[in-house]
Amino acid sequence: MKLLLAFAMVVVLAPLLAPYDPGRSFDGYPFAPPMRPRLLDGGTVRAPFAYALVPVDLIERRYGADRTRRVDSFSGETPWFLLGSDPLGRDVLSRVMMGARLSLGIALLATLAALAIGGTLGALAAYSGGWIDTVVMRIADFVIVLPAIYLVLALRGALPVALTTTQVFVALVGVLSLVGWPTVARGVRGILVVEREAEYAEAARAMGAGAARVIVRHLLPAASGFFVVQATLLVPAFVTAEATLSLVGLGFTPPAASWGMMLQDASSPGTLVAAPWLLAPAFAVMVTVLAVHLAAHARTKLRSPVFRTQLF
Amino acid sequence: MRFLLTRAIGAIALVFAVTSGAVLLAQLAPGDYAGRFDRTPAELAADRHRLGLDRPMWEQYTGWLTRTLTLDLGESFAYQVPVIGLVRERAANTARLAIAALAVATLLGIPWGVITGTRDGIVARVLRALSLFVISVPPLIGAILLLMFAAATGWLPVSGMDGPRNFVVPTLALALPIAAMLERLQSQSIGDALRRPSTAAARARGVSRTRVIWRHAWRQSLAPILGIYGVVVGSLFSGSFAVEYVTSWPGLGNLMRMALMARDTNLVAGCAAAGAAFLAAGILGADVAQALTDPRVRGEGAR
Repeated sequence: MKLLLAFAMVVVLAPLLAPYDPGRSFDGYPFAPPMRPRLLDGGTVRAPFAYALVPVDLIERRYGADRTRRVDSFSGETPWFLLGSDPLGRDVLSRVMMGARLSLGIALLATLAALAIGGTLGALAAYSGGWIDTVVMRIADFVIVLPAIYLVLALRGALPVALTTTQVFVALVGVLSLVGWPTVARGVRGILVVEREAEYAEAARAMGAGAARVIVRHLLPAASGFFVVQATLLVPAFVTAEATLSLVGLGFTPPAASWGMMLQDASSPGTLVAAPWLLAPAFAVMVTVLAVHLAAHARTKLRSPVFRTQLF
Repeated sequence: MRFLLTRAIGAIALVFAVTSGAVLLAQLAPGDYAGRFDRTPAELAADRHRLGLDRPMWEQYTGWLTRTLTLDLGESFAYQVPVIGLVRERAANTARLAIAALAVATLLGIPWGVITGTRDGIVARVLRALSLFVISVPPLIGAILLLMFAAATGWLPVSGMDGPRNFVVPTLALALPIAAMLERLQSQSIGDALRRPSTAAARARGVSRTRVIWRHAWRQSLAPILGIYGVVVGSLFSGSFAVEYVTSWPGLGNLMRMALMARDTNLVAGCAAAGAAFLAAGILGADVAQALTDPRVRGEGAR
């Protein structure tokens, strides 16, 4: 949970915390390795600094440390890459931090949308019963069976290929929520069908509450725990989905920095060995998923593994 | 028998719905295959006419449908070869990968879950933590990390599909999270089975602990695990898309991606049909396996 809060802080404060503009390329510093912060300079203790990089061989992308020049701020002309630089000489750390805004933003909004759609349709199905119930649940079952990423691909394929960053953001939120709602709808329906018959619900109806009021004020709170569990499943799934889509070229396009986009730089084996720091976004995805799982684990002790299937 | 019939009809309906959906979505998309090249308007119109792209969407769909019912999937716009051969080859590659991953996941996940579900020592605790970690590595990330490992050590080939060694990276990337998921499920379910009075009775009769676990409890605990296989098939396909891309596996996922990007409608439909057929077969297989071990499921299907 603390880990998640720290994440949220980074996302919100990214523009202030990021050392560099994520789009800024430093000329002559492609594939620069991470520069280790140091405190000791030849026996004297100083404020944190790093030795400046000097290109030894630009073709082979080898760099050496210039022990006579210290970099101690992010404002000078000499860059301090805490996590190295990408093929265009852009700061990986800044890009991961700013990328979190796109990647996590999409995941969170799509999760909220999926919960809203699923909750509404599930409640509708449970409360009205009859053919509405049948139709909604049949559609939900159908969508659940499909491999999620292909559904996302097909829906994404139906939209124009070239979109602006904002349009991609909106499109992905829409597409992902369309894929994520069915499990929510099924669960909510299951809970509400039982709760509807409970005495408190009957009491509310007897006091003249309308269907909408009974559902929203009395029945849905019974499903709140279920919503939390679903959110812990959807967020990791959606983060992965964004990464996959952007990686294969159907998500964000340059110059946007999302984690999936950044993985494009890291997806060739040669680069992976020469510049392992380009894997930073992969670790960001992993840590996000792990953080959410740990939070869920602490909350539910993984009581219901049946719901813990992977979407992606 | 009745059960099998209803499930089989469901499977056919699934294939039909998925394929039709793919064709309609592909046609709904702005732009078409012919419009991707620099042509004079006259050439463009001729191309559109040749490929049948100038007709209304509904007519294109019904045309495609009647051809498909005679098992003619048409020709790929981009490759200019019949879709069926292309799809068959690629689908076989994806199926090989999926089956290998499913086998590895099962052989790894089930014993793993039995250990964590029946013991409480340091080993079990480490294995439990490991599973929580592994379940958090989606196939996409797993594939990239394993790829780096393979490239750095030079022990394993990093892309393509030339021999059995090529299977290691994509299979593990795909299988590990599923194995961890099976572990969670098996661990839970064998724990429940061990708490039943029947297992206590067996122990009281003097049956050894190992025998109780494997012969009594494990069998009882299998039902929920077989039940999850239908869902696993779906997530296997999803994961295989990312893994195929990262490891350049010549499978259905990569073919589908290229077809979608090129607006190659016939090929998209062919891929969707193959994928849906696999999916339906997998779900059908999982249902049958469950019905064989649990007579209650049979009754439910016949209702």
